[in-house]
Amino acid sequence: MATPAKATERAIPPQRMRLWFRRLHDGDAVAHLVTLIFASSVLLVTSLLVYELWVDSAFSRQEFGWGFLFTSTWDPVFENFGAWPFVYGTLVTSALALLLAVPVGLGAAIFLAELAPPKISSALAFVVDLLAAVPSVIYGLLGIFVLVPWMRTTAEPFLNTTLGFLPLFQGPAYGVGFLAGGLILAIMILPFIISVSREVLLAVPRDQREAALALGATHWEATWKVVLPYARTGIFGSIFLALARALGETMAVTMVIGNTPQVSSSLFAPGYTIAAVIANEFTEATGDMHLAALMELGLVLFLVTFILNGLARLLILATTQQGTARE
Amino acid sequence: MNLRTLWRKLINAVMFGLSGGCTLLAVSVLLFILGYLVWQGGEAVNWAFFTELPRPVGETGGGMANAIVGSAKLLLLAALIGIPIGLLGGIYLAEFGGKTWSFLLRYATDLLNGAPSIVIGLLAYAVLVLPMRQFSTLAGGFALGVIMIPTALRTSEEFLQSVPRPLREAAMALGASRWKTIATVVVPAALPGILTGMLLGLARIAGETAPLLFTAFSNRFWSPGWSQPTASLPVMIYTYAIAPYEDWHRQAWAAGLVLLVLILIANVGTRFLLSRRTPWERL
Repeated sequence: MATPAKATERAIPPQRMRLWFRRLHDGDAVAHLVTLIFASSVLLVTSLLVYELWVDSAFSRQEFGWGFLFTSTWDPVFENFGAWPFVYGTLVTSALALLLAVPVGLGAAIFLAELAPPKISSALAFVVDLLAAVPSVIYGLLGIFVLVPWMRTTAEPFLNTTLGFLPLFQGPAYGVGFLAGGLILAIMILPFIISVSREVLLAVPRDQREAALALGATHWEATWKVVLPYARTGIFGSIFLALARALGETMAVTMVIGNTPQVSSSLFAPGYTIAAVIANEFTEATGDMHLAALMELGLVLFLVTFILNGLARLLILATTQQGTARE
Repeated sequence: MNLRTLWRKLINAVMFGLSGGCTLLAVSVLLFILGYLVWQGGEAVNWAFFTELPRPVGETGGGMANAIVGSAKLLLLAALIGIPIGLLGGIYLAEFGGKTWSFLLRYATDLLNGAPSIVIGLLAYAVLVLPMRQFSTLAGGFALGVIMIPTALRTSEEFLQSVPRPLREAAMALGASRWKTIATVVVPAALPGILTGMLLGLARIAGETAPLLFTAFSNRFWSPGWSQPTASLPVMIYTYAIAPYEDWHRQAWAAGLVLLVLILIANVGTRFLLSRRTPWERL
């Protein structure tokens, strides 16, 4: 639309109206408006989410302040709530998950992006995506009946005899606990790390590889010293994305972590996570304060994953230019 | 060949070997999950599982017919929320969107996508369960619908954008308005992709458990209408798995198998559908 001179500004509204009506007649403006409304509902839902979590956690926020996150009593009867054991459990299991999943995920991504022929690579990537499609509760099911018994009878006694001098691997082997939670989370975030890292690696320009190879580097050296540094930002993005998943993951962890609010230096000990306590206690919470405390945990969880996701998307966007387009 | 070259070649082989091992590990996890579920669930699944209600505690047998219907109802509600918003929102982002507003919307969508599903459950609880003073199918469906929106929206946008420009231009050149072009040319061209996105979105929420725990809750009987608590497959798997009864564990495996098979069929099926129908879209 041409920009009119100042003097004719008064005449514009009717003209614009007429134009608008004509477009309305074609359906264009209506379509624009309707689709805009539907698209904007995403913003609406997101803000509603923040609003509800904020308002419904008011009791707890006013009563406990920041100390909520760092005190360890969780007592629904006397309405005294401190979330440290849950925060601790969430951090420990997520850290464990990253520790286990990042090397494996990165290795697989390197194989898929650098070595495997394109057809095999995309077929395997599809299988990896299927792994991401398996529901959390099914991981939990396998966790309870396969992973936990195996941890109790085999893995934990083994770790205890070999690495038992570390406080991490001491104490009785329950099967359920931080280690089981971390392990199952590692398996669950693996597909995210693989598929995003693979895409980031594939987005590295060919010239980079060819230049390194032309200088006499072996294939691995080219990958390790040229391609990986080039893709570093995006890979960090994929790790953040995975971390956000791990922090918010509920069912599988709930089923294998033992649901005991305690802080323990041993990885064999049962623990609790933020998401797990919401899942377990929300339906039974009767007091307003209890509900508010759980809502505040939800708020914390949301804000942390919000920040991590925001960062991750920016990092991936910076490397692939279309990082947000695909999961 | 001197020693150093040999060493470098060795490192090359070893590291790529390891990376291949990592891939093998990831793929074998999926095979293990599938195999184990087929083994355990295959023994447990029977006709009664699909047709009967859960028996009272202590009696063996019975099935999860109510949970299957419950899941279907929840998915229907979710689809009613997710599909219109996904499709029309995707059209806006792909066809009308400006720069800033679209970026903001995309970003919000991605953030919503990353929000833990249990937090979405809290939203549904606050918005629907509290005012109605009752757990309901409605609240569960709403939670699932919200979770479905990001996937539905982003995939429809992506597939709409992948429709070649000349197609649009041809329609415009024939005098079609923008809207006419979208409705009769662009959307039909992208339809297989969009349907795929919707199906994938549904497959994703079909297994969601956490947000249902305190929205749809659970029910050991049929749940008539939309405003009562309802059973659903994922929640049944959870409650049956953590219960101390052997027979419940058996049924949890059966439900797990049914759920996983449905989800995998949706995933694999859409992939084949896509690879056939949209030649310009890379997979």
